[in-house]
Amino acid sequence: MSDLLLELFGEEIPASMQARAAKDLKRLVCNSCRVANLPFETAKAYVTPRRLILHISGLPMAQTDAREEIRGPKVVAPDKAIQGFLQGNGISRDQCEERELAKGVFLYAIIQHQGRPTMELLAEILPKAFADLPWPKSMRWGSGATRWIRPLHSILALFDGTVLPLTFAGINSGIQTQGHRFHAPASFDVWGFADYRDKLAAAKVIIDPDERRKTISEGARRLAREAGLTLVEDDGLLAEISGLVEWPVPMLGSFDKRFLDVPSEVLVTTMTVNQKYLSLRDAEGDLSPHFIAVANLEAQDGGYQIIAGNEYVLTARLTDAEFFWNQDKKKSLASRVPALNEVVFHAKLGHLGDKVSRMEKLVTELAGYIPGADVERAQRAAHLCKADLVSDMVYEFPELQGVMGQYYALNDGEPAEVALAIRQHYSPAGPMDDCPSEAIALCVALADKLDIIVGFWAIDEKPTGSRDPFALRRAALGIIRIIIENNLRLPLKNAFALAQDAYEFSGAPDSSLLDFFADRLKAYLREQGMRHDLIQAVFSLGGEDDLVRMISQVHALEKFLASEDGVNLLTAYRRAANILRIEEKKDGLTHNGAVHQGLLQQKQEFDLAHALGFAADQIDGALASEDFAQAMTAMAGLRPSVDSFFESVTVNTEIDGLRGNRLRLLSGIRQTLHKIADFSEIEG
Amino acid sequence: MTGTPTFNSKTFQGLILALQNYWSEQGCIILQPYDMEVGAGTFHWATTLRSLGSKSWNAAFVQPSRRPADGRYGENPNRLQHYFQFQVIMKPSPPDFQDLYLGSLAAIGLDAASHDIRFVEDDWESPTLGAWGLGWEVWCDGMEVSQFTYFQQVGGFDCNPISGELTYGLERLAMYVQGVDHFQQLVWNEPGTSRSKTYADIYLAAEQQFSAYNFYYADTDILLRHFADAEIECAVLVGAELPLPAYDQCIKASHIFNLLEARGMISVTERAAYIGRVRDLAKACAKAYLVAEGELVEEMA
Repeated sequence: MSDLLLELFGEEIPASMQARAAKDLKRLVCNSCRVANLPFETAKAYVTPRRLILHISGLPMAQTDAREEIRGPKVVAPDKAIQGFLQGNGISRDQCEERELAKGVFLYAIIQHQGRPTMELLAEILPKAFADLPWPKSMRWGSGATRWIRPLHSILALFDGTVLPLTFAGINSGIQTQGHRFHAPASFDVWGFADYRDKLAAAKVIIDPDERRKTISEGARRLAREAGLTLVEDDGLLAEISGLVEWPVPMLGSFDKRFLDVPSEVLVTTMTVNQKYLSLRDAEGDLSPHFIAVANLEAQDGGYQIIAGNEYVLTARLTDAEFFWNQDKKKSLASRVPALNEVVFHAKLGHLGDKVSRMEKLVTELAGYIPGADVERAQRAAHLCKADLVSDMVYEFPELQGVMGQYYALNDGEPAEVALAIRQHYSPAGPMDDCPSEAIALCVALADKLDIIVGFWAIDEKPTGSRDPFALRRAALGIIRIIIENNLRLPLKNAFALAQDAYEFSGAPDSSLLDFFADRLKAYLREQGMRHDLIQAVFSLGGEDDLVRMISQVHALEKFLASEDGVNLLTAYRRAANILRIEEKKDGLTHNGAVHQGLLQQKQEFDLAHALGFAADQIDGALASEDFAQAMTAMAGLRPSVDSFFESVTVNTEIDGLRGNRLRLLSGIRQTLHKIADFSEIEG
Repeated sequence: MTGTPTFNSKTFQGLILALQNYWSEQGCIILQPYDMEVGAGTFHWATTLRSLGSKSWNAAFVQPSRRPADGRYGENPNRLQHYFQFQVIMKPSPPDFQDLYLGSLAAIGLDAASHDIRFVEDDWESPTLGAWGLGWEVWCDGMEVSQFTYFQQVGGFDCNPISGELTYGLERLAMYVQGVDHFQQLVWNEPGTSRSKTYADIYLAAEQQFSAYNFYYADTDILLRHFADAEIECAVLVGAELPLPAYDQCIKASHIFNLLEARGMISVTERAAYIGRVRDLAKACAKAYLVAEGELVEEMA
């Protein structure tokens, strides 16, 4: 059993692509090994900014030999047949065995397939895997024709302790690599994985990204603790930083307290997004004028110049931010609104100024569906919600849209709820993002998303497959979450119609829009742990676009089906539905008509007919008042008469009139239950 | 041979001299600036046109650059409407291009043993030139000191071989090396002597006057006319198989577009259309250049 060690060493791979590249390399090589009948014990990929590494252990030295036996003609067969058999299999007569079977003595060709050496197979597999590695973007360099993420410098390929000769991108493999760019640039030989890992660690390169992340996280925490501060957790940033360094050295720096007057979101964005610094909080939980930068080396001067340099850069950036903050505050948000007429929303849907006018109209109507929403304030919030897009700060930091709007609105003396609505109207931006909950914010957040989705639907920019350039799925999910999480009684069709009116589109949107929402809703509810079959059962009734009502109904149904009555009634339903299905097929007609009282004979038939009528009335009443528990109780009330009907009444009698009437009774069961849900969709 | 001259890279001119000297030692031709108004060193024909075709080409030069919309009357610490870039172009990109670059940082006194130097992903695209490449911004202690790009396409044509391009933003780099926090304070030459001048002594008045020009006085009717003229002349010159004069006109159109934008004359929708018009000129020039170089056989219409 032997190990393969592979290192592709080159110029800096973008941090965001490293993990994926390591995974892809491992997948491609492992798949090829499986296809080539090369079993292995473990495979693990590592990655640093400058290297892509794969270690596979427990590979055989060669494929296993295989022996194949092929039965040929009888020994006594004509010579022509025997020659044909020998030639067909490329063997000579003495390579055949004679075996006595019941029907005579036969020739057997014994073919030995000798397994090819692993070394030879890997030399074919690996360059192909490199060439197939799917980089999001790739490039050529120098005079070469190979595409890779950035120029590649050397390939270390070691199998069973010796060089595995291969060529890729004009580079011949070897057994050498080099250490940290500045600490240990000299090349050295490598003899195996442990040797590689240890020599690189000594040469100030940690090959495992998880280990680098841990080093950063622990080092940063220690620095924070020593300064009496706590680290602001940011896993995404930690992962990114560990993709920017081979030898992480966290360092604590500080900035002038005066910058704390600038909104903390701006400071944090500058530190984390622009500078890749970790930010810190003081004992009170407020942002501290400190940061942790992660350098890629242990500086000769102890890091003095590195810290000073980073502080200098951060100061310059924060000075800019402070300048934007002070400049922006000189103009009110309201005075910026006209400038939105210059910013295109979409070529076919007008400018942002048009969008704002539509949203003002839309919130006026939506406010009626949102308890406690003040129409004037909703209009004000809609009017101002996009104005920060033309501020200097948002131009520099687009990710602060909304956030800056809130600050500027408060600075202008706008009501707090208007300012909050400006901040939150883009929310929820994804399944994990918080949903707004204040009335005005709900109005504006809904208006923003309805305007997007109805608009793009109308110009036929619908999402297809993985393509969703205008993030319509996210907008739909946002609407669904806002409605459900805030128990809003806003039927979707009404919402669409209002957005259509704001656009001055005529008619209703294409029916595919409601289907699109239905799909998003089902996916969302499934993630919330709701039974998809029950959702489907309620959905199949059609026409339900009040999400809150629909969910209560699903919940009540779920509870009912968990009860003994529920289980029993479901069984009875299926029995009735089965009989109907078979008989209706036989008859070629449905039996949905009214039951004839005059054809009822047995007591159990009278009971069932009466119970069905009674239950139907009760269910209708309960549904009208949205008392779903009551509707379930009414359904449960059917159980005794349904049970005794099945026990005592024979549906398929010879008397045709009676049979039809009894089938109509069964159909009555089906129809009554379908007032609540399509029970045929229920599983289990 | 006397030893390598040393330059005081803590002055603005010393920084330029150190870079020129270093890249000259690496085999680059030291060129002079392109005598046209350009937005960046990349627009120099020595970068754009010479990165096309198969011939090798190594050059370095300072390029005064203009971004009219960045004018701040000299008040912003690091935003200027006229600034300097130092450009290096090497075709084909040498295998040790990164090391050569790091050598240039050492040559201006940024010692890699005490500074944190990093290559952080930053791809480059110029819609006006129909050009793109992959590379990084280079960070020194968290500050972007250079742009490092492997050109993949210029003027809509695939580059082959690939050129490596370096751009140093000289003001920012000098501010860092000198440890000052406003460009006005940059020492240009001979610090501590009566002959010493600051950046402000030399360029502040220009920043103030050109900011006013860019934002208020540039006559938009004249500019629109000039844009149309340049566009026409470029096409005529391409037709006459004179790609170099044609390229001058393309660059002229590009700068006029920037001025019009600074004057707030270009709406978002029009913007894309203008960029497309300049790109068409750049592509025509690139094609004519390749034909003139005998690298492309023009298809007969």
